[in-house]
Amino acid sequence: MSTVTGVSAADELPGPDGGTPLRGDRASTGRLGDRLFGGFATFSGVLVIAIVTLIAVFLVVQAIPALTNNSENFFTSRVWAPGGEKPAFGVLEFLWTTVAASTIAMLIAVPVGVAVALFLTQYAPVWMRRPAAGLVDLLAAVPSIVYGLWGLIVFFPVWKPVQQWVEDKLGWFPLFGTAGITGGTIAFIGVVLAIMVLPIVTALSREVFDQTPATHKEGALALGATQWEMIRTAVLPFGKPGVISAAMLALGRALGETIAVTFLVSALPDGAKWTWSLFNGGETFASKIANNASEFSNPSKTGAYIAAGLVLFVLTFVVNSIARIVIERRKAFSE
Amino acid sequence: MAKRIDVSDLNVYYGSFKAVEGVSMTVEPRSVTAFIGPSGCGKSTFLRTLNRMHEVIPGGRVEGKVMLDDQDLYAASMDPVTVRRTVGMVFQRPNPFPTMSIYDNVAAGLRLNGVKNKKTLDGIVESSLKGANLWNEVKDRLNKPGAGLSGGQQQRLCIARAIAVQPQVLLMDEPCSALDPISTLAIEDLINELKNDYTIVIVTHNMQQAARVSDRTAFFNLKATGEPGRLVEVDDTTRIFNNPSQQATEDYISGRFG
Ligand SMILES: Nc1ncnc2c1ncn2[C@@H]1O[C@H](COP(=O)(O)OP(=O)(O)OP(=O)(O)O)[C@@H](O)[C@H]1O
Ligand SMILES: [Mg+2]
Repeated sequence: MSTVTGVSAADELPGPDGGTPLRGDRASTGRLGDRLFGGFATFSGVLVIAIVTLIAVFLVVQAIPALTNNSENFFTSRVWAPGGEKPAFGVLEFLWTTVAASTIAMLIAVPVGVAVALFLTQYAPVWMRRPAAGLVDLLAAVPSIVYGLWGLIVFFPVWKPVQQWVEDKLGWFPLFGTAGITGGTIAFIGVVLAIMVLPIVTALSREVFDQTPATHKEGALALGATQWEMIRTAVLPFGKPGVISAAMLALGRALGETIAVTFLVSALPDGAKWTWSLFNGGETFASKIANNASEFSNPSKTGAYIAAGLVLFVLTFVVNSIARIVIERRKAFSE
Repeated sequence: MAKRIDVSDLNVYYGSFKAVEGVSMTVEPRSVTAFIGPSGCGKSTFLRTLNRMHEVIPGGRVEGKVMLDDQDLYAASMDPVTVRRTVGMVFQRPNPFPTMSIYDNVAAGLRLNGVKNKKTLDGIVESSLKGANLWNEVKDRLNKPGAGLSGGQQQRLCIARAIAVQPQVLLMDEPCSALDPISTLAIEDLINELKNDYTIVIVTHNMQQAARVSDRTAFFNLKATGEPGRLVEVDDTTRIFNNPSQQATEDYISGRFG
């Protein structure tokens, strides 16, 4: 799972003795075993980097001809007509839908997930902690198609009146304006994604909170901290890098989620009016590409989809880099 | 500021296991009392009952009475959080909050008490660090992480953190056992100064240390493994080390035991 983002909770935890994990080993000698293993490790590392680079180069090469022939602005256009003599395509709609739905998912999943993790590690009765943790881990492993099915069959009928109510009461606010969509909306997809990534955030946060050293917690309690103050002074700061990693992993999944979203989105007709409403339909990058796999008939069309995929790739990469920077900045204080 | 501790007939349990039995003793204000005794006899356990930190451990509970001057620490109306703000604690391994700077570590307890004023905080942080004989070493790097200090400095930082909230009593559980002799001496000097303002109870395995820093010494022992620990005797330190009234104390002090 961690390959999705390259950030994992374990990266940020102190080593077994509480010190910095070993960086670079001066003790390695010229012995055969060391050389063999060192050589193998180096080879694997280089191989992985080479493969990733080659994939990126391949994608860029494929995308360039389509992009140069594009008669619309790739980033600001909402048209998607990559075929024909004069291909015209832009990713604005997918970018908006993807980012908006993922943002909604994060706004719900991160606070709720952290709260559940805190409950499971700090407040829940001891007998209940292990089984509940097991259950959360199990939920994190449920395939996304199941969330898609559940969303469509069980959750959508429940969601519909809620959305209607918000539209009625808060429709004057652009984000909640009526868009006349009968199927899945951006907001609905965001909520389903939130439910889907919630177990991931919870499971990973629970793990780091659980590892808060007893000495830190006792240090806070001995100063006269209440349970919540102890959590704020000892547990949350200790768990913060882990929670950020968990959120990034979850965001990575939400941004790229294909099956569940493809299942639920309402594609917009060509030339639909632009609206800021979260109750509008719209495709995400992943669902657009998945829905149109059959269209990869000529290089120019395929190139357009690959270019869209590249934007998603860059988006995920940027998000991860920001998370890395946030974690690094606090590093001196987290060891 | 300092208060008297009065313990009568205290039993301490971990679940159904009775760890300490029948302790009665008085700790005078502005004095240093040392707890000595073999490993596992319940010194830490008993010490933690003096600020209700044993309740943090699942199953930890007491029977008996602990009075702080005229306050009953175990009265139904007594909040353990209030108790711990009055009775501070320093642990065996230095445990500064790793995500906080030196300044924030010392200010942590004050902030919990709702002190926000920067001037007030600055003043108390400085006086606490001075009180812990650490000011000169850290005054130029107050915003650096507390975890970057040496072990001895970290322990003094923890002492500064504990005294910043101006407790009545300071409990120390083997505060020097992870430190080198020089840092140990620094902390012993500090204890000598602190006793002018606080009631201090210190657990130690180091006989010389008990003899050097304490006014009174309490000797705890186990009858046998699996039995609860008991207080054998408590007396002036000079008496305990020169002329104890119990044979078991004499044996332990002279190294014939444990
Ligand atoms: N968290 C705990 N849960 C259950 N039993 C415990 C716990 N902590 C200590 N005990 C038991 O209580 C008894 C007293 O332990 P305690 O730690 O108070 O001894 P001590 O005198 O401080 O020993 P030391 O000198 O080694 O620190 C021991 O039998 C120990 O096994
Ligand atoms: Mg102990």
